[in-house]
Parts: sequence; C-alpha cells; structure tokens
Amino acid sequence: MTAALSISRLTKTYASGLQALKDVDLEIPRGEIFALLGPNGAGKTTLINIVCGIVTPSGGRVLADGYDVLRQYRAARRLIGLVPQELSTDMFETVRHTVQYSRELFGCRRDPALLERLLRDLSLWDKRNDRIMTLSGGMKRRVMIAKALAHEPRILFLDEPTAGVDVELRRDMWQLVRGLREREVTIVLTTHYIEEAEEMADRVGVINHGSLILVEEKRRLMKQLGRKELTLHLSEPLRAIPEALSDWRLTLSADGTEIQYRFDSVSEHSDIPALLRRIGELGIGFKDLNTRQSSLEEIFVGLVGRRAAASAERDVALSTEER
Amino acid sequence: MSRGAASRGAMSGGAVSEGVATAGASPATDALPFNARGVAAIYKFEMARFRRTLLQSLVAPIVSTALYFVVFGSAIGSRISTVHGVSYGAFIVPGLLMLSVLTESLANASFGIYMPKFTGTIYELLSAPVSSLEIVLGYVGAAVSKSLLLGALILGTASLFVPIRVLHPAWMIAFLVLTSASFSLCGFILGVWARSFEQLQFAPMLVVTPLTFLGGAFYSIDMLPHAWRTVTLFNPIVYLISGFRWSFYGSADVALGVSVASTGAFLALCLALIVWIFRTGYRLKN
Ligand SMILES: Nc1ncnc2c1ncn2[C@@H]1O[C@H](COP(=O)(O)OP(=O)(O)OP(=O)(O)O)[C@@H](O)[C@H]1O
Ligand SMILES: [Mg+2]
Repeated sequence: MTAALSISRLTKTYASGLQALKDVDLEIPRGEIFALLGPNGAGKTTLINIVCGIVTPSGGRVLADGYDVLRQYRAARRLIGLVPQELSTDMFETVRHTVQYSRELFGCRRDPALLERLLRDLSLWDKRNDRIMTLSGGMKRRVMIAKALAHEPRILFLDEPTAGVDVELRRDMWQLVRGLREREVTIVLTTHYIEEAEEMADRVGVINHGSLILVEEKRRLMKQLGRKELTLHLSEPLRAIPEALSDWRLTLSADGTEIQYRFDSVSEHSDIPALLRRIGELGIGFKDLNTRQSSLEEIFVGLVGRRAAASAERDVALSTEER
Repeated sequence: MSRGAASRGAMSGGAVSEGVATAGASPATDALPFNARGVAAIYKFEMARFRRTLLQSLVAPIVSTALYFVVFGSAIGSRISTVHGVSYGAFIVPGLLMLSVLTESLANASFGIYMPKFTGTIYELLSAPVSSLEIVLGYVGAAVSKSLLLGALILGTASLFVPIRVLHPAWMIAFLVLTSASFSLCGFILGVWARSFEQLQFAPMLVVTPLTFLGGAFYSIDMLPHAWRTVTLFNPIVYLISGFRWSFYGSADVALGVSVASTGAFLALCLALIVWIFRTGYRLKN
C-alpha cells in the first residue's frame, strides 16, 4: 500500500541562510496519527509547510499518497488539509461563506449537508451567519479547522492545534481526531503539549535543529525510554536499606516509610517478583505498592537534554584536547 | 537535482509505481483538469469584498468624476471652445474614464492579493490545488469586472453633463478591457511586491497619477510646446488615452496602430512578470 506521506532527504535552507531542515526522511502509513515534537524553531512548521505547498523545499522529495507535491501538486493538495499554527482568517466573511469558499477553492462541489455536519461537529452551527471578526479566538480556531476539513482531506496537518485553547476545545479536538481516525484519515500534528501526543498519537517523531532525531511507536518509545518507578509504602519505618537488598538500587525516603525502586523498563534487569519475595523473607511489611511510568514529556526532555549534554561533553573534550 | 534522483531510487518501488499509475500517463504533469470551481471561488470572494465596500468602490470615483466635470468641464471648458472639433467637456470624458478605470484596476487588484498576504490567509491559496494561472484569473478577473462596471457608471454620469457619442463602440470596449486587464495585472504584481500599506500606495501615487495627468487626459498633446510633446511620447498612458479617445471621436494624438501596439506590449510585459513571479515564488513563498 502507498504510504500516506513519504518524505525523502528533505532539506530546506531559508533565504537568510538558516538551514531549517536537514535530510529528513519520514514515511507515514495511511490512517496513522503521527505527532511531531520538538522545541521552538526545530523545523516542525517548515516541514508541514513544505508538504502543503507554502514553502518551497531546497532539496528532496515529498509524496502524498504517491503524488509528488511539487510536480503533481493538484492531485496531492486535494488530499491534504492544513490547520496552520497562526490564527489567520478573513475578518469580514461569515463562517458559512468562508468554509464554503475553502471547499470550492479545492475544486469540490458545494455540499450543504456536509457543511452543516462539519459546523455542528465543531459547535459552529449557531454562529454560521456571524462574521468571523465577532468570534472569540477559540471559535476562530474552530473555523480554521472547519476550513481545513471542508474538502474532506485524506491527510490532515494540525500545526499546534491546541496552542492557547481551553480544555473544552482541546477535548473536542481530540474527539474530532479520533473520529477522523475511524475514517482512516492520516493525521500529522505538532504540539508542545506532550500529553496530547501521548493521548492520541500512534507514532512520535522528535525533531531538533532541523534533524529528525527519533521516530518511534509511542508505546515502544515509552517502553524503551520510559523509566518505571516502584514505590512501597512500608508498615513500619526502616532505618536503612538492608544489605540483603543490595542487588537492587533502592532508595529510602527521609522518614523511612517508603522504599523507591527506579529502573529502565527494558535495558535493566528488574526482577520485581524476586525483590518482593526477598522483602517478604526479611519480614518487612508494606501496606501499599504502586508503580509509575515516566511520561512522554519526561522522555522528550531527557532525549533533547541528553543530546545537548553529549554535544557539550564533546565540546569540552575538544577544548581540552586543544590545550 | 541529483539528490532527487537518488532519493527516488531509495524509495520503495511499489509506492512510486502506484503513484504514477493513479496520476495518469505522464508523471511530470498534472493529469487533473483546470480548477474552474477554484477560480470561481476566488472571483466570488473578491466580488463579495467589492459589494461590502460598494460605497468606496463606486460612489467615490463617481463623485470625483462629477467634480472633474464641474471644475474642468464647466470652469475651464467655458474658456476653451472646442478641441479637435469636440466640446471641451466631451473631450475630457475618455481621459477621465481611462483615469478612473486605470487607478481602480490598479487599486483593486493590488489590494485583493495584498490582503491575504497581510492577514496570513494566503496560506490557503498556496495550499489549494489552484495553479498560478487560476489564481491570477480569479483576482484579475474580479478586478477587471469591477473596473468595467465602474467605467459604465462613469460614462453614465458623464452623459448627464455632456452629450457623448461613441464612433467605434467595439474599439472602445476593447480598449477598456485591455486597459483594465493590463492595470489589474500590474496591480496584482504591485500587491505581490508590496510589503506594507505604504508601498501599496506608493506606486499609484508616485508613478501612475502623474503619468495619467501628463497623459493627455485634459488636453490634446498638440496643445503642448514642441519639446514637451516629445517628452510626452515616452509616457505610455498617452497612447492609451489617445486610442481610447479615437474610439469616441475619431481623432487621435498618435496613430491607432501605435496605441494598440503599446497597450498590447504593456499587457505582455505584465504577463511576463506574473509568470516570473510564480515560477520563482517571488514574495509569495519562502
Ligand atoms: N520565513 C523564514 N525565513 C527565515 N527563517 C525562517 C523562516 N521561517 C522559519 N524560519 C526559521 O526556521 C527555523 C524553523 O522554524 P519553524 O517555524 O519550522 O519551527 P517550529 O518547529 O515550527 O517552531 P515552533 O514550535 O516555534 O512553531 C527557525 O529557526 C525559524 O527561525
Ligand atoms: Mg511551528
């Protein structure tokens, strides 16, 4: 099956000389929800804008459902919908007209039933005859989503769809994305809210300084990089960790009532049943036990931080060599 | 370019061949037809903007035309009897008409494409399956329609003040269409080029208005001293107004052929610039 999106060796150097994308390769299968994460200025918007035809690439190739986005732009763009990062709508148009305009601009016949469904789904139906400038910011964002969906795209780009959006709209958005997934729409979203990626994405890509440094299934990423933490709430406080438990790297809380065990879920040998058995043998009682898995955010910060630390180390090494 | 070829090799073969198969015989061209709905959408959008600003769009030019008639036609016209056998009031009609059509074409088309750039809504135009030709057709088509409507209204207003006859109506319409098309294209280019509202006003203020006033709208260039007449011949608007006036009264400052040729050349120049803009993505894409 053709991938919904196939990006190969994509580079972009802006006129300012800034290299915003460096040799990006990415393949996204149909129906996937892909979350693109990365700090400010990483190149997320640049990547999306190239696929959508707003920025011209400096090199490489992008296929949308097999169509080259440059040479077969008509076929490619018909499949693609975009909700851009910036809020920009016509101010004087009514909601209904602006959504209808988007649909026709993409060469589609008017479809009042679809328009109504779309506006109802986005809670815009009551506002359909209002001028856009009279709407609140969140409502404007809904209008932009409606515009992006008006031509029934098969691939949807959401560039920070929930930036500055209230809880309700965010929940609606997630609902919408799930609905689209059921219809096999491929979704690429960027976000700074990592719980969003965690909640919705099938796969996660991390981009930093224009390079895609990691693409991984969300679950596996969490498993591989996620740290787990086991906490035992003891019945009686302990003075110190018994010698017999030295096989595990345990820490005791200051008041001696909690034992914590942190481990890498995959890379480390973590024989929890054996640990619990040994604790039982030692006669240490505990009234409760819980485990916690690190969030994608912690993973992400760890990942970007580790890279930064690694390059800093390299720099230090270089400068000491020079001496 | 070699990079593109290399990456194609790296792609899974299945994906490439399937894409080509669904896209039609030639992978290099787009098999889909002209996006007429897209053009119509842009056109309607622009005309809706026009309706919203009907007052500025139509009333202002009509009022100023009427003022010209009062000031130039009546006050000055009472001292000048006839020019080339036409009463002065009637003589200035073609020039006035041209002046309004030309400025309005320029203003409408430049504003039309500048606004989406300014508000950021241009993203939608750039990401839609519309070709550059279709974008130009939508915007320029709308600007031309507005100008022609305005031209008709001004002609109507003028006929209230002076008796007007049109000897060559087909030529008159042809000149009007050609002029509004050229200046709308020119306006489109201006709108693409402009980075601020000041720049958007700059060209019409500094270049077009003087050229129009010096273009023989209110006088025949025969009335100028010889040296000035030669200078005037470098002003392209002279040819437009002269040809246009000929279609009314059958008399011209320069030969009809020269007028038609120079108007055509101006149109061609604008078209060439537009093609270049879209080829390079100049000031539309990064
Ligand atoms: N038009 C432009 N001209 C020059 N440089 C640009 C332009 N647009 C973006 N850049 C630069 O390219 C880099 C990547 O920008 P981009 O907008 O893609 O980042 P991003 O990952 O979307 O960031 P954010 O999370 O802040 O939205 C940044 O350093 C930015 O300053
Ligand atoms: Mg961005």
